[in-house]
Amino acid sequence: MSGSSDGGGTVAYIQHHLTNLCVGDCDPVTHKAAGFWALHLDTVFFSVMLGILMIVVSARMGRNLATGTPGGFQNFVEMIIDFVSGQVKDTFPGHNPIIAPLALTIFVWVWLMNFMDLIPVDLLPMIASGVLGIEYLKVVPTTDLNTTLAMSLTVFALIIYYNFKIKGAAGYLKMFLFHPFGKFFVPVNIVMSVIEELAKPLSLALRLFGNLFAGELVFLLIALIGGTMAVGLGALIWFPLQVVLDLGWLIFHLLVITLQAFIFMVLTIVYLAMAHTEDH
Amino acid sequence: MNINVTLIAQIIAFVTLLWFVNRVLWNPMNDLLAARQKRIADGLAAADKGKHDLELAEKRAKEHLMEAKSQAAEILAQAEKRGNEIVEEAKEKARTEGERQLAAAKAEIEQEANRAKEQLRGKVAAVAAAGAGRILGREVDEKAHADLLKDLVGQI
Repeated sequence: MSGSSDGGGTVAYIQHHLTNLCVGDCDPVTHKAAGFWALHLDTVFFSVMLGILMIVVSARMGRNLATGTPGGFQNFVEMIIDFVSGQVKDTFPGHNPIIAPLALTIFVWVWLMNFMDLIPVDLLPMIASGVLGIEYLKVVPTTDLNTTLAMSLTVFALIIYYNFKIKGAAGYLKMFLFHPFGKFFVPVNIVMSVIEELAKPLSLALRLFGNLFAGELVFLLIALIGGTMAVGLGALIWFPLQVVLDLGWLIFHLLVITLQAFIFMVLTIVYLAMAHTEDH
Repeated sequence: MNINVTLIAQIIAFVTLLWFVNRVLWNPMNDLLAARQKRIADGLAAADKGKHDLELAEKRAKEHLMEAKSQAAEILAQAEKRGNEIVEEAKEKARTEGERQLAAAKAEIEQEANRAKEQLRGKVAAVAAAGAGRILGREVDEKAHADLLKDLVGQI
């Protein structure tokens, strides 16, 4: 188990794992962010590292692209790109050069960040505390609401931008006034439309966050089976159980992280497609 | 508080990543895929064109062959005709030549026969005179009986 300094116990273990490496305006006792000016260093570090990984790998691959017969890795990347642009073509009306790269970025980045969940829960925090002396480390960036909200708010900004650009200010306003119940229910329409618009970024962010947070929690609980319950001979029973459960959840979670990345991507395309259609 | 400045940092990171992905991954790959698509389309079009050309060439070759065959037949017929003509000509020439030679030979034979007849006539006169002399026991005066002899020789 991790070298927790604030006492043993299941709750402390879980809480310790779910605490970000906070710098700035942080609570000195719980180590949680206390105000707005607190930075989750681990979230930023891992997401940026994964982003850099994406860029470096694509840049290295981009240097020797083969037009005729692509090799193994390029084939794989082409498959992903084909898949993403297929989704965009199916869902998105007309042509906008930003949509497909946006969808690709979201899909790959979210998947990579989600994938951090499949690394054994204690491995990276143990290395951090043992080697680097960092006490708190939350490895999966998508279990931080800041990350998911950052992406969904960016998408939301694009939704608003394209609504204004395609429909015009008057058209966008008309959508709030006369949708969905027609011109006799203007106040109701305004409330409904505002809720509908605000629900888009919130549902995007919370869905991804919730799924990954829950997944991480289940990994922690499985880790606790072998950790706290196994004492002496009991380990003979509990340890194999932990291995089997962990493997099962790992395989299932591999599907979940892919699905969540896919859903985030598809919904982004759908929302932006809605922003691009003239008639609602 | 859960939402904090990390949000801003993540937005910046996301937008930066988006820009990089667009530049480093999406655009080159998209260009590549478009180029490949074009190449494949071009290749298919070229294959179609090649097939079409082949069909045309086959058709043309068939036409050429037919033409050549008919020409060959014509030439053959002409040659046969010419050959027949030559043979006929030769035959005709041979026939006239043969007739001419035959005529010449006949004339010569006649001439020879006439000459032999003349010789024979002369000798017969002498023999007749000699024979008559022996029969009569005396010399037959050839001068005296010249008329008689001449008459005799003329009967031969």
